Amino acid sequence: MKTRHYKPVILTLAAIMSLGFGLQTADAQIKGTEKAVLLKAPQVPPVITRTHATKVIVEMEVKEYVDRLADGVEYTFWGFGGFVPGPFIRVREGDHVEFHLNNHPDNKLPHNIDLHAVTGPGGGAASSFTAPGHSSTFSFKVLNPGVYVYHCATAPVGMHIANGMYGLIQVQPKEGLPKVDKEYYVMQSEFYTAGRYGEKGHQPFSMEKALDERPDYVVFNGSVGALVGDNAINAKVGENVRLYVGNGGPNLVSSFHVIGEIFDKVNIEGGDLVNKNVQTTLVPAGGAAVVEFKVDVPGTFIIVDHSIFRTFNKGSLGMLKVTGKANPDLYSGKTEDSVYQPEGQPTLTTPPAKVQKMTKAERIKTGERLYNTSCFACHQSNGKGLPKIFPPLAKSDYLLADVDRAISGIIYGQKGPMKVNGEPYNMIMTPVNLTDDEIASVMTFVLNNWGNSGDAVTPERVTKIRKKGPAKNAVTSK
Amino acid sequence: MNLSRSIVALVLLTAGAAGAGDLPAPPKAPLGMVYIAPGEYEPLFKSEGKKAVSAFFMDRHPVTNAEYLDFVKVNPKWRKSRVRRIFADHSYLTKWVSDDTPGPDPEKSLNSPVVHISWHAARAYAKWKGKRIPSQAEWEYAASASKTKPNGKEDPDHYRYILDWYSRPTPKVMPAVGSTYKNYWGLYDMHGLVWEWVSDFNTALVTGESRGDAGLERQLFCGSGSVGASDFKDYAAFMRYALRSSLEADFTTANLGFRCAKSINIPKKKD
Repeated sequence: MKTRHYKPVILTLAAIMSLGFGLQTADAQIKGTEKAVLLKAPQVPPVITRTHATKVIVEMEVKEYVDRLADGVEYTFWGFGGFVPGPFIRVREGDHVEFHLNNHPDNKLPHNIDLHAVTGPGGGAASSFTAPGHSSTFSFKVLNPGVYVYHCATAPVGMHIANGMYGLIQVQPKEGLPKVDKEYYVMQSEFYTAGRYGEKGHQPFSMEKALDERPDYVVFNGSVGALVGDNAINAKVGENVRLYVGNGGPNLVSSFHVIGEIFDKVNIEGGDLVNKNVQTTLVPAGGAAVVEFKVDVPGTFIIVDHSIFRTFNKGSLGMLKVTGKANPDLYSGKTEDSVYQPEGQPTLTTPPAKVQKMTKAERIKTGERLYNTSCFACHQSNGKGLPKIFPPLAKSDYLLADVDRAISGIIYGQKGPMKVNGEPYNMIMTPVNLTDDEIASVMTFVLNNWGNSGDAVTPERVTKIRKKGPAKNAVTSK
Repeated sequence: MNLSRSIVALVLLTAGAAGAGDLPAPPKAPLGMVYIAPGEYEPLFKSEGKKAVSAFFMDRHPVTNAEYLDFVKVNPKWRKSRVRRIFADHSYLTKWVSDDTPGPDPEKSLNSPVVHISWHAARAYAKWKGKRIPSQAEWEYAASASKTKPNGKEDPDHYRYILDWYSRPTPKVMPAVGSTYKNYWGLYDMHGLVWEWVSDFNTALVTGESRGDAGLERQLFCGSGSVGASDFKDYAAFMRYALRSSLEADFTTANLGFRCAKSINIPKKKD
């Protein structure tokens, strides 16, 4: 029980496949044995190509471990396979699954697994109930094709799920899957922490917030930023992309959307029913969906929960980076810009800076951390933003022309058209929930990074701006 | 030891001599134990009804590695290398360096609670000490006390503290006993250090037969787990019940220790 198998067992697979050629009629008969390939999200195991049922052995370890939830924020996760979400399990309709649930000896709690793909009481929960340092084995036959959530169902169920115990299992239909170029695994879930979003340090689980369904974090693949920057998923122009989208909950329903794409095909709720040309698809808590689309133009496509405050204030933002040749016929980019401004921009005067308690270098250091928590998702780690969507901060004429305006924007939010370095933008920046001291640090960082050079911003200056109240183009009125 | 026994006897005599209507003074607890006054314990599942808990003595802190070492020295059949598998599984005292050296840290671990201990082993130790393992009702009743009140259930800080501990990973070396707070009864470490064995760990719920797919575990999964619970916010208790029902008497785990209890034999008054 101590051995863990996360690597593809190519040899076994090959051996099994060679046994299984032909004989359509015999495809219900179990032939051979293979070990399930378990990979960390967003990766999915290879498509099953065999044409007969087999015995699939799943070795799943449960671990309780501390890891990053957001920059500077740690959380004690409980994870299947040692990850959140748990690995994607792939089996074929009619397979006989032998499931081994191994509860790591250092764990504090008993765990089990309820697989929605199982037909049987508790989905395997009672049979897989395992004390720390022990291992349970149970078997089931997968009867219904589709994509299913699995989760821990040990009391208190809500807490086990809230701490990360969920994943997806696909039961591939006998007739196989239509071929696509790229497959990825994206699972949404939310976290309830004692401290508010972005509050530093190890954050314990908040039972009160979970009961009130008030999460601090709504994320894809287990942490803020797990699907952005270097961790973004990729495709090339012209490729067909299939996303297996799960929702672990524990409470929220996802309005899954990819900005700038239309799903050609959606297997609603992970079942057989296919809808076409879908903009946003609902993924229930404890449910899944399969979305497919062809990527026609290059660029970064933002993956969101279109319950949109979750995206801009709680972390549910991922990226699909598409490379290849532009196609102006399909998407021209900006062709013309002209001024349309019914209301004037507010003008603010810069109050004199006071002596700061933190040195400039200290502010830059603190500010960098804050930036990488609260700002980077839109303005990017390199400060360059995203063309046409999020304006740059690096060498930004708009920013440098009026720092107070930017500070006011952080405090009260900012909306409406603006022009930065000659490019027009028209997005909403929601108020960022930071203290005056934190804003001073993050602005000092922004003003002294990526080729910008400026003075340190003091908390007193931020307080003064806050007292002035929201500007005309602010988002909040308070 | 003799001195404290005679004090107990003395106190009992005094109590017997008290006038009608006066509450008897609590008996003096043996060394290392505290007196727990009688009361009522409300099980997690309402259907079980409230249970009266008689007065009893309980160890002030969980049994330490050093204390357990004394036991195995004079009871060699409970040594790590000698224990019979049916009484303790393969991880019995697994962190001990050897048969007579507690671990993982031979020095620091001495005063830490003994863990990787089976129910059989805990019972054998208690018997050797002239004590016993507390029942689940006794343990839960004593553990429901917060720092200041015999019933901490209404104190959100109390159950938050417990939940916080449940969601922290196991430390490499267990802290020493007494490192958490002292509760209303004078007990240390009822929460925040280790899980503790109770005598009836697998007979907690009403279903009778405790093992098997159709038994009590089902009540702890998904929807069924919440139906009969007396306080749905008592997630902390849920976790203890869940842990207990995942155990068998030979199981040993990294977070599971024990402490002893002792009944009080107060002679009944003749009316």
